[in-house]
Amino acid sequence: MRSEKSNRAPVGLKIAAAGGLAFMHVPILLIFLYAFTTEEKSYQFPPPGLTTQWFGVAWDRPDVWAALTLSVKVASIATATALVLGTLCAAAVSQTRFFGRETISLLVILPIALPGIITGIALRSAFSMADIPFSFWTIVLGHATFCIVVVYNNAVARFRRISGSLIEASMDLGADGFQTFRHVILPNIGTALLAGGMLAFALSFDEVIVTTFTAGQQSTLPIWMLEELIRPRQRPVTNVVAMIVVVVTFLPILGAYYLTRDGDQIAGAGK
Amino acid sequence: MTTAVLFDNVSRYFGAVRAVDRVNLDIVEGEFFAMLGPSGSGKTTCLRLMAGFEQPTGGHIEIFGETAEGVPPYRRSVNTVFQDYALFPHLSILDNVAYGLMVKGIGREERRKAAEDALAMVKLPGYGARRPGQLSGGQRQRVALARALVNKPKVLLLDEPLGALDLKLREQMQEELKTLQKSLGITFVFVTHDQGEALSMADRIAVFNEGRIQQLGRPEEVYNQPKTRFVADFVGSSNVLSTKLCQTLGLKAPFASLRPEAIAIAPASNGALSLAGTIAGQSFLGATNRVVVDVEGARIAVASPAAHAVPSIGSPVTISFAARDLHPMEDA
Repeated sequence: MRSEKSNRAPVGLKIAAAGGLAFMHVPILLIFLYAFTTEEKSYQFPPPGLTTQWFGVAWDRPDVWAALTLSVKVASIATATALVLGTLCAAAVSQTRFFGRETISLLVILPIALPGIITGIALRSAFSMADIPFSFWTIVLGHATFCIVVVYNNAVARFRRISGSLIEASMDLGADGFQTFRHVILPNIGTALLAGGMLAFALSFDEVIVTTFTAGQQSTLPIWMLEELIRPRQRPVTNVVAMIVVVVTFLPILGAYYLTRDGDQIAGAGK
Repeated sequence: MTTAVLFDNVSRYFGAVRAVDRVNLDIVEGEFFAMLGPSGSGKTTCLRLMAGFEQPTGGHIEIFGETAEGVPPYRRSVNTVFQDYALFPHLSILDNVAYGLMVKGIGREERRKAAEDALAMVKLPGYGARRPGQLSGGQRQRVALARALVNKPKVLLLDEPLGALDLKLREQMQEELKTLQKSLGITFVFVTHDQGEALSMADRIAVFNEGRIQQLGRPEEVYNQPKTRFVADFVGSSNVLSTKLCQTLGLKAPFASLRPEAIAIAPASNGALSLAGTIAGQSFLGATNRVVVDVEGARIAVASPAAHAVPSIGSPVTISFAARDLHPMEDA
């Protein structure tokens, strides 16, 4: 909604706003630009020449594929786990009253409020104390801690809007618990779950801090990129992969935004 | 006469709160039964006990001779019209009405036809394609009714179904509900806090207060012969005569009720009882004047026909009434 009276901003403010936006987005454009550079050891500006050869090089590098597959697998399993557990938790907190309900609600949200490094250290020491070797599954566990929060936050907001009498009405009309979930609850929370799931996937896909603490020898995609930047060998490959990551994480967030913009805000989008 | 719903000494406690306290009920098949009481009196909990959303703490419930304790709502031949209607917002009106048939596994064509018939019955033919959000409150209430009745329940439970409607619509729906109930012959159990609604619609009324039934009877009985002070006060503002006045009139009961319209501002004639007092106030109500007479410190309301002149405030008057209009009451 625009105010009719003062829709003309002073020039200084306009420049400041443009500068702020440029500061945020020009570096991303540079990443895209250097994906096409002919110089592989350093990033000089302007690039000496443009080429698309790095897409082919990236395609042929097995370590890119290993990291990408691992990230997709971790994100998928962490998201699936979060969808089940987050929904169950949201249902319990929003549909029933019990002792300690508010506390549980807070404890579930806490992992996203805590700095990732705390979560990482805590999980790492817990894994070593319990003699759990670092593996694919420890990464999944670490990611699930914050993925659950995202799903939970989206689901709980939607659950609160389902009046309790809808569920009672369904039971009254002859539907058992499963039918009520299938025909009444799921259609009403579906978009919230989809949005929460997409966000959870995006969060897990580019997570670095918790992963550094919970991964063994494997590298997820963001960790692989971090390692690549240190070595000056075929650097533009990193940029090519970065472009792919931007696309892979941006699309679900955009989707989540359009799915929920009529309803609740997407809680936890800021992590 | 078959018993539709039987409550045998049923209680439901929530912690220390006795929401329903040793209630006995016997609702007859085909009856329009009202549960009347203020909020928190236990009437809605009784309805939820019948629907299966609550389980009794003690006592025994039967629905058409079958034990109801432990039977979940979806296995009872009882359907509910909810106070907020509880229509499914993601389904069309037709799918809402057909929901009960859908979960029972009845074929698409058959349930579509049944739902359309039910919508026609509540005078909403052709509304099937709309969404609940596109209907008015009165229309949603009719959809809720159709959605319950399409399942052919043995008992229909209505939880303050007219509470959210405006006065005009409420009166119209009262008529329609009564007509519908008579033509279908289904037992209706109706919860309300509106005494006028209960009196005009029900075959029998149970008056609830603090989890207990104060009085159960036909509307005329409850209205004319309230058994307790609560009923006298809640069902249409009877005068409650104090112990002292009862003694003056030669009555043995501790309290007695006397309806305002049974009293005349006139000296007693052949065999009528009378009391002397002074006019303490009056207000014009249209067809009647509500006159308050001070009798030995007690204020007694008199409904006097508007055509009769009312003496000015402070003037001494004699009020009279027939002995049969004076109803002795128990305490409480």
